This record gives sequence, C-alpha cells and structure tokens, in this order.
Amino acid sequence: MIKGRAHVYTREHINTDEIIPARYLNTDDEAELAQHAMEDIDHEFIKKVKPGDIIVAGNDFGCGSSREHAIWALRGAGVGCVAADSFARIFYRNAVNNGFPVVECNGISNLVRNGDELEIELQKGILINRTSGKELRFVPLPDFAFKIAEAGGLLQSIKK
Amino acid sequence: MGMNITEKILAAHSGRPAVQPGELVNARLDIVMCHDVTAPPAISMLQKLGMDSVFDPEKIIVVPDHFVPNKDIKSAELAKRLREWVRKHAIKNYYEIGENGVCHAVLPEDGWVLPGRTVVCGDSHTCTHGALGAFSTGIGSTDLAAAIYSGELWFKVPETIKFVLNGTLPWGVYSKDVILEIISRIGVDGALYKAMEFTGPVIDELSVEARFTITNMAIEAGAKSGIINPDKKTIDYVRARSDEDFTVYTSDPDAVFSEVIEIDCSALEPMVAFPHLPANGRKAKDSRDVKIDQVYIGSCTNGRIEDLRIAADIFRGRKVAENTRCIVVPASTKIWRQAMKEGLFDIFSDARCVVSAPTCGACLGGYMGILASGEKCVSTTNRNFVGRMGSPESEVYLASPATAAATAVTGHITDPREFM
Ligand code: SF4
Repeated sequence: MIKGRAHVYTREHINTDEIIPARYLNTDDEAELAQHAMEDIDHEFIKKVKPGDIIVAGNDFGCGSSREHAIWALRGAGVGCVAADSFARIFYRNAVNNGFPVVECNGISNLVRNGDELEIELQKGILINRTSGKELRFVPLPDFAFKIAEAGGLLQSIKK
Repeated sequence: MGMNITEKILAAHSGRPAVQPGELVNARLDIVMCHDVTAPPAISMLQKLGMDSVFDPEKIIVVPDHFVPNKDIKSAELAKRLREWVRKHAIKNYYEIGENGVCHAVLPEDGWVLPGRTVVCGDSHTCTHGALGAFSTGIGSTDLAAAIYSGELWFKVPETIKFVLNGTLPWGVYSKDVILEIISRIGVDGALYKAMEFTGPVIDELSVEARFTITNMAIEAGAKSGIINPDKKTIDYVRARSDEDFTVYTSDPDAVFSEVIEIDCSALEPMVAFPHLPANGRKAKDSRDVKIDQVYIGSCTNGRIEDLRIAADIFRGRKVAENTRCIVVPASTKIWRQAMKEGLFDIFSDARCVVSAPTCGACLGGYMGILASGEKCVSTTNRNFVGRMGSPESEVYLASPATAAATAVTGHITDPREFM
C-alpha cells in the first residue's frame, strides 16, 4: 500500500517542460534533476516535498516531450506516486516502464486538498482520503504493468 | 471487419492476422532512432544492467540534434557518451555535425522511413514519420533501451480518429494553419492515446514536405501517432531515397474509426497559436496588436526547404523590423546546403536575419535564441508551453513560416497575405 501526503495541482495539461524544464536536460543524473522537479509550475515544490508524498493533478498530466527525466526528477525528489484525472500517453508509459506508481482516477483533483493524507491500493484500485474519509475507485493497471514493476522495470523484465 | 492502416501495420509486425484497438501487442521495430538527450540515459541503463548489446546495428540510426554543436560542458558529455557507444557497437548510421540535423528531418530525407515500417525514437515528435504511411511513435528512454536491446516493444493498439480535410487550401494558408486549426478544435488532449489519420483532397494536394508538418503535431493533440495513407507522391518521395522493399498498407473502406471529423479547409485563414498551448489558435489578422521581439524559423515542424523558400519570398527586398530579430535554422545539413545554393542565405542576411547551423537549438529552449523574461517570439515550431523557448516569463506564438516572416518584417503579428 502507498501512503502519503498530497500536493494538489488542479490545472490541466501540466507538461513535462514544467515538470523538468529543458534547460536542465543536459544531465540525466536523478539527484541533479530532482533539484528542479516541478520548477516551472511551483518553485517551492522541492522545498515542500517529503519522501513518499503524492502529487495529485488534473487532466493530461505529463503532456508534451517524451523526456523520462520527468519521472526521474519526481522520483528523485521523493514523490511516491502521481494520481491524476488523466495522463498524457508517453508520461504514463514511462511510469509503467519504470515501475513508478501512477493512478488514473477521473475526478480526483476535486476530491483531494493540499496536505490530505492518502492511502492507495494499486492492485485493488482503491484510493482512500484519510483526511476527508472519502473513498475512490479506479481501474487498476493491467497485469503486465505489475509484472514490469515486480521485475524492477521494463529492462529487467526483458533481460535474457 | 476491415482494418485501418495503423492496425494493419501493428498486426503485420506482431505476427497476427488482425488486431483491434485496446489489444496489447509486442511489435517488431524496423527503425530505432537515437538522439543526444534521451539516448545517453538509455545506454547507461543498459550498461548498468549488463545488457549493453544492440539487436541490429543496421536498424539503429543515431542523429544528435538537440544540443549539438555542444552548447555547454554537460551537453558535450552527453554527445560524447553517445559517440563512444556508437563506436563500441560499430553503428554505421551515425550523423556527426556537418551532416546531421533535426532527427525528424534527417530520417525521412535519407530514406530510413518507408511506408509500412515501424519507427520509434526517444522523442515525442516521432509521430512526424507517419506522413509516409509508417507507424511511428515517441517513447521514453527506458523504452528506447528496450528497443535497442530487443528490437521490439509493447504497444496498446490505439483507436483512430479519421480527419477528412475537404476543399482546397486558400492562398496564403499552409499545412501549419491546418494542423493549428485541428488542434484548436479538438484540444491538446483531443486525441489522447489515439492515432490521427489524415485524409481528404487537401492531403492529396499537399507536398510530402508539407504533410510532415501535419503529422509532426499529432502529439500536440495528445495522439500516439499521426498517419497518412501512402499515395503516388509518397512512393516517388521514398523511391528517390531508398532501394529497399516495403509494403504499402492502406485503410480498408470498412475500417473502423472512433470518430470521423470533417474540416472544410477552404474557409481557413492564417493562424497563430497564442501562449501557452498549441490549441490557442486565433486568426493572424486579428492579432496585430501583439508586438514581437524575436522570430524563429526552423525545427522538425517547419524547417524544411519549402518552408525556407516561403519565408525567403517574403523577406526578398524587405528588412526585419527595427525592434525585432529573426533566426533561421535549416532543419538539416542537406536543407542548409540547398538553401545556400538557391541563394536563400543572401536573402535572409540582406533582410537582417541570422542563419544558424542545423540544430534543435532554441525550439526547446536549448540555445541559439533563448528568450528573456517578458519577450515574445513568433516561432514555426510546435510547442508554446510556459518556458519552452527560455524564461518562464517569455511567450511563444506558433505560426507558419509565411506568417513568421511577415511578422518579422512588421514587428507585430501579421497576416502574410499582406505581403503576397
Ligand atoms: S526541432 Fe524542436 S520539436 Fe523537433 S525534435 Fe528538435 S526540439 Fe523537438
């Protein structure tokens, strides 16, 4: 089970340029990228975020560039999961390939407030907001995504 | 039940007689392209996991483009890692500076993309290559690593939206205006997870180069891919560049689409997408009050020779406005040479534009034309997100090369028909 405190960004179409601006793409070092996570949407994010925290966002989170640096920056900053109304395709795919937890749950951005304590059961498709007491259901990822996560990532899962 | 072109290509590459939207398939890859931002991390992952091999060095094409010629020490290190890996695995198809360019310009230009092929690259604008009737999609670095290692990838077969582009394009209106109109209609997630298939008399009339501009921006509507059924123009284009065999797939008359959207292109006018989304399209003629500091003509969207000719036609005998600057970035070395031979550089220089080496440059806020806070730029690129070309307080307006050139001349957003 994933537990964490929510950082809510209700805006739609938060793109990978905002999650990790291109001016930092001259490195792929996760710790370095993490210093700039979410920088162009929330300068304070990196000061506020604690290990295991959960980002909650609106529609189409992670749209734009295919840079996996977006996942690495968030993971490096300690983000434990992103839950959004919907995700952009490549961001979602990158998350699956990294075994990085993502929850697609339409309506979530309206039902969670900054600082709420969330509990997520990925395989069961249940998200409980401990602060408000509300419970949400979502369609869990397909089995193969969990197999990738168990192996430690896509590459580990295909290694011959 | 019939299949559309995307389903046919995915079926043929996953050894199945047929596929349906939603199905997960493992597809064989014909071309795996690598560039200097997303490939080095992929290579490091493979090396760390003891998987440092390539499935077929002939099918891997390496085109550094984002930060080359290197913009700083860190980007030089990325390019170096890429080069060392290329040498180690004896990958022949490597484009060093002097013959490189934006990967999505180089790949079709050199005959790597053929109808019916599957093409992936660690870059979201890989959807460009669908203009030649290939299935082509952007992936991240882990996917790229898996593709390099195994030559296959998992895909969910997408649903397809069919766009029927009716009528004829009015004078002064280009394929860029068409795709800005489409994205403005359906929104930046209007085709999320889906394929966009472009058909109709307007597509038939467009040159292959102009078609790339349309498929290039499919990702700006959230799509997995953009695709155009091959016709005689496609075949002539690829035959001039490759002797290899290929299979032409086209959508069956009874193919299934999740939606069919018809657009009357005869009514279109030059468009400008306002900050900070490609879907914020407005008419150029209604946007005259926006003063512009910089004009950028280039990128995988509109940095091809036809684009440069269109811009040069407007610049001929005119000058860039006093408080405006203009950067022209030919998308590849071949385009750069061609433009030079045709005397376009003279026209640009006489007009007080600077011409850069082929690179992604400022398109993604790398270098060669970064914007300061408060500055506004009209750009022929594909994305105008916050901070895309520099300061998070700068603004990017997307437009065709004609609109961009006309804007450079007046210093404010300008309908190019005023100069034609
Ligand atoms: S030109 Fe711009 S959009 Fe095209 S690949 Fe380069 S950075 Fe990406």
